[in-house]
Amino acid sequence: MVDHLTKRFGDRTAFEDVSFSVAQGEVFGFLGPNGAGKTTTVRTLGTLIAPTSGSASVAGIPLTSVNGPEIRQRIAIMPENPGLYRRLTVTENLQLFAGLYEQRNGAARIGEALEAVNLTARAGDLCGSLSKGLLQRVGLARALLNDPAVMFLDEPTSGLDPVSTREVNDLINGLRQRGVTVFLTTHRLEEAERLCDRVAILNTRLRLVGRPDELRERLFSRSLLVETLHPVVAPDDVFNSTEGVESWRPEGTSSYVVNVADPRNIAPHLTRALVAAGADVVSISESRHSLEDVYLQLIDDDPEASQR
Amino acid sequence: MKFSFGRLGAVLRKELREYRRSPFIVGTMALLPLVFLVEPLITIFRIGPSVAANVVDKAVGATFLVLLIAPALLPAVIAAYSVVGEREQGTLEPLLTTPLRREELLLGKAVGVVVPAVGIAYVLFALIQVCARLFASNAAVVSALGQGPHILAEILFAPLLAGWSICVGIGISTRASDVRVAQQLGTLSSLPPLAVVALVSFNVFTPSVTLAVVFAMVLLVADVVLFRIVVALFDRERLITGASARRSSSGDGQVPPAGAVRRIRRIGGTDDG
Repeated sequence: MVDHLTKRFGDRTAFEDVSFSVAQGEVFGFLGPNGAGKTTTVRTLGTLIAPTSGSASVAGIPLTSVNGPEIRQRIAIMPENPGLYRRLTVTENLQLFAGLYEQRNGAARIGEALEAVNLTARAGDLCGSLSKGLLQRVGLARALLNDPAVMFLDEPTSGLDPVSTREVNDLINGLRQRGVTVFLTTHRLEEAERLCDRVAILNTRLRLVGRPDELRERLFSRSLLVETLHPVVAPDDVFNSTEGVESWRPEGTSSYVVNVADPRNIAPHLTRALVAAGADVVSISESRHSLEDVYLQLIDDDPEASQR
Repeated sequence: MKFSFGRLGAVLRKELREYRRSPFIVGTMALLPLVFLVEPLITIFRIGPSVAANVVDKAVGATFLVLLIAPALLPAVIAAYSVVGEREQGTLEPLLTTPLRREELLLGKAVGVVVPAVGIAYVLFALIQVCARLFASNAAVVSALGQGPHILAEILFAPLLAGWSICVGIGISTRASDVRVAQQLGTLSSLPPLAVVALVSFNVFTPSVTLAVVFAMVLLVADVVLFRIVVALFDRERLITGASARRSSSGDGQVPPAGAVRRIRRIGGTDDG
């Protein structure tokens, strides 16, 4: 739960008046351009830095200086740079963190964490000898050690190959099923769309929060994409006379974007109207806007983004 | 959440493991005083049986001074790396995201440097005692080296001087933005206590058990006070972002937006241990 949280560094505002809440077990995506304040927000919620104003609670604990260690006991943060000791082995790195979380059954937890990220075979390797993708997976294993209630993942699939990316995505889905709240900062919008229950778009101020399909509907009118073999004769008559059509525009020589309130119900009427008008209909499909379209629409319209 | 020896132990084990993987760190720490000891050792071995007592005292004093250089100066270089080095290699932020308190982190790092520094000092001291018994031609030299106050001073001062040097080094490391600057400043700042040791070594103050104990007590208090100051200097926010928590949290005088006017208690990791 974040309530009007603001962080300033002198004259520079990292983020301002940010409010949102994340439910337990939710995968919450945090998107925004470089310098939008995403990492600073994560660091603030992770008690690494103090906000200038506002309040928040993390894992049900109010974010105060006194509660810092208690919050950190119940969360895990995986920064974009995993920050591992390159002269120590994978196991030794994890042993340090198991010790810091005072895990009683540290060896078993380390074994489980390594298995979860498919790294058991590399447990004895020096971290300095691992590729970036493998280091990222060690960082993830470290984040799993304390069985956190809230996990902050900053670009967890950065530098990973497609197979490893899929494994990490499966891991995030597994965490959701175990009731772990995941706060996912990413630039991979298709990943956010696939994984996140809700996303927030931050650009110093919070621009939008919601489910990806909600955001699409909020920003884009629903439409049908009509493709015909030849240009429709008198398309104005055809489209405007069809009930439920709000507006239309041509897209190319024989394609049309038709804005409608209810694509599923209007599509059959429109098909009949087009056939009746002598048009050879190739396809009629609902136009889908990706999360990337939503993101770009918001960021392009944002004067602050263009100044970065 | 209270101070945890478990977390301190985890930091200490990590430090010692890193030394084990990089033997040059400790090796060079031992090599330098060994080289410095060659000249005073040759001097005391060449002291003939008829040489005056004050000459013997002076030579033995010089040897002790060199012996105490090892724990007083050399750990400062490693201690000065401790925090700023973690920051530079990107390992500090993950550490600070755990429940680790700043006292546990700093004490773990300090003990991690004390152990090899004092170990080296004691080994060198034992080596000199053995060499003196085997090769010194003047019995007064052996006797002076084996004096109670000298042995007591070595046993007490080695960890306490190392403690001072390490606290200074870590203190500088928490505020420095460059490893090289931190290491140079750390070495310079660990010199003052050596001045007092020099006065004792050269018999400006007559060495005695009482003097050794009193000076050790003063050093112990100074070490504790210095460690508390270093803990207070440790500012998570500055270390992570380069900006002081106090400065960045105080706002910039602008009126916050509606809904953000509520000032909150200091939160985050800046003063929570």
